[in-house]
Amino acid sequence: MDYTFQFGELLPYSDLIARGVLSTVILAIVTTVLGCLLGTLGAAARAGKQTFLSRAVGVYVELIRNTPFIVQLFFIFFGLPTIGIKLTAGEAGLLAMVINLAAYSTEIIRAGIESIPKGQLEAARTLGLSRTQTFTRVVLPPALEKIYPALTSQCIIVMLGSAVLSQISVEELTFAANFIQSRNFLSFEVYMVITVIYLLLAILMRQGFKLIHYFMFPNLRARS
Amino acid sequence: MSLVSINNVHKYYGSNHVLKGINLEIGAGEVVSIIGRSGSGKSTLLRCINGLEAYSEGGVVVDQMEVVYDDRQIRKLSKSVGMVFQSFNLFPHLTVGQNIMLAPKLVRKLPESEAKVIAQEVLAKVGLAEKIDSYPAELSGGQQQRVAIARSLAMNPKVLLCDEITSALDPELVGEVLKVLEDLAAEGMTLILVTHEMNFARDVGDRVIFMHQGLVWEEGDSKTVLANPQTPELSKFINAVL
Repeated sequence: MDYTFQFGELLPYSDLIARGVLSTVILAIVTTVLGCLLGTLGAAARAGKQTFLSRAVGVYVELIRNTPFIVQLFFIFFGLPTIGIKLTAGEAGLLAMVINLAAYSTEIIRAGIESIPKGQLEAARTLGLSRTQTFTRVVLPPALEKIYPALTSQCIIVMLGSAVLSQISVEELTFAANFIQSRNFLSFEVYMVITVIYLLLAILMRQGFKLIHYFMFPNLRARS
Repeated sequence: MSLVSINNVHKYYGSNHVLKGINLEIGAGEVVSIIGRSGSGKSTLLRCINGLEAYSEGGVVVDQMEVVYDDRQIRKLSKSVGMVFQSFNLFPHLTVGQNIMLAPKLVRKLPESEAKVIAQEVLAKVGLAEKIDSYPAELSGGQQQRVAIARSLAMNPKVLLCDEITSALDPELVGEVLKVLEDLAAEGMTLILVTHEMNFARDVGDRVIFMHQGLVWEEGDSKTVLANPQTPELSKFINAVL
């Protein structure tokens, strides 16, 4: 092998890579916040009585979990304009990511809700708490605590999945890599660099989740 | 005027007839022990008194409120009827103080400061004032159950329902919980207990109700009933548990 690595050749593109990182981070943060919020609402609907709403959420969850993300993305970006819904690449990408994470987090959070012993609900009920109060104050916090690791992983998976957005020209990290590679053909160097960046982002995100966990669940600190 | 009035209550689980026409009048300040074998309907009856369980026929009136299986009515009832469970059911993510203050703040709409005063009062009553900032997992079973009692007391109920509240405890922890109940009884709190603690039923309780096959099989003054059972079923039961 007589190839000389030329990582130095990437320096002129550092701005592009930095902008790519920034886009990926923003997509990840907005998706995580909106996806988990919608997932909580979805789980609340799924965990309650069988109603039209809970069944509709069920259909949505199955639809998203059983189809490829890239197809969902293409449908939103290329398909929806046909019926008059035109979104920019960034909007379409973000929407696809939120819809995707919300579906998965609905199922994850629902599992947490269903793990709460019935006695907790009966205690809340005999104390006179309303259904909403019981859900937000008694059921949800320990439910989230239980499924927190699974939810963390899912959020990171969706962040990494944002790479697919490069296919509809969202200028995130992978888009930047593709662009640079098409200019200087340094595929190994470029993809090596963004691999490391994705790895760092994922580790950073996991640490961020740990930090939030620390403040969200003070009871776990007391026990250890 | 009875505080709790149960009129010809029937309850079916599918085709299983678990309560077969229960009639009971319980006055304010009474300490009533419901005893009987498992499956005799004791817990079901208790749960019909605060609407955790819907009865199929008959009527239950508590503190002049009809008990119906309806969310709003149950919330109203919660101001008169407290309940303590076998498995404590403290909220694990909240401190002892937060567990107690939750309902006074959310249901009675008291400000934090007033709720805190109440929490301190009821905790002192069960002898756990210093545990206000602990989490349930840091307490022993007996302490957790005393906190659960305190949490019910914070809503200032007129009657406290206790569903086998010492059955999940290690033997050496039972005494501290029964002591709290004894103090409450002495203060005039109305207590309805499903229990296997015969000594407590006899010494602290005013009245014993023996349930068998979904019926009130025998009832009366606790000392008399337990000393002189009139039915073979009750004597058999007493021999088995004592």
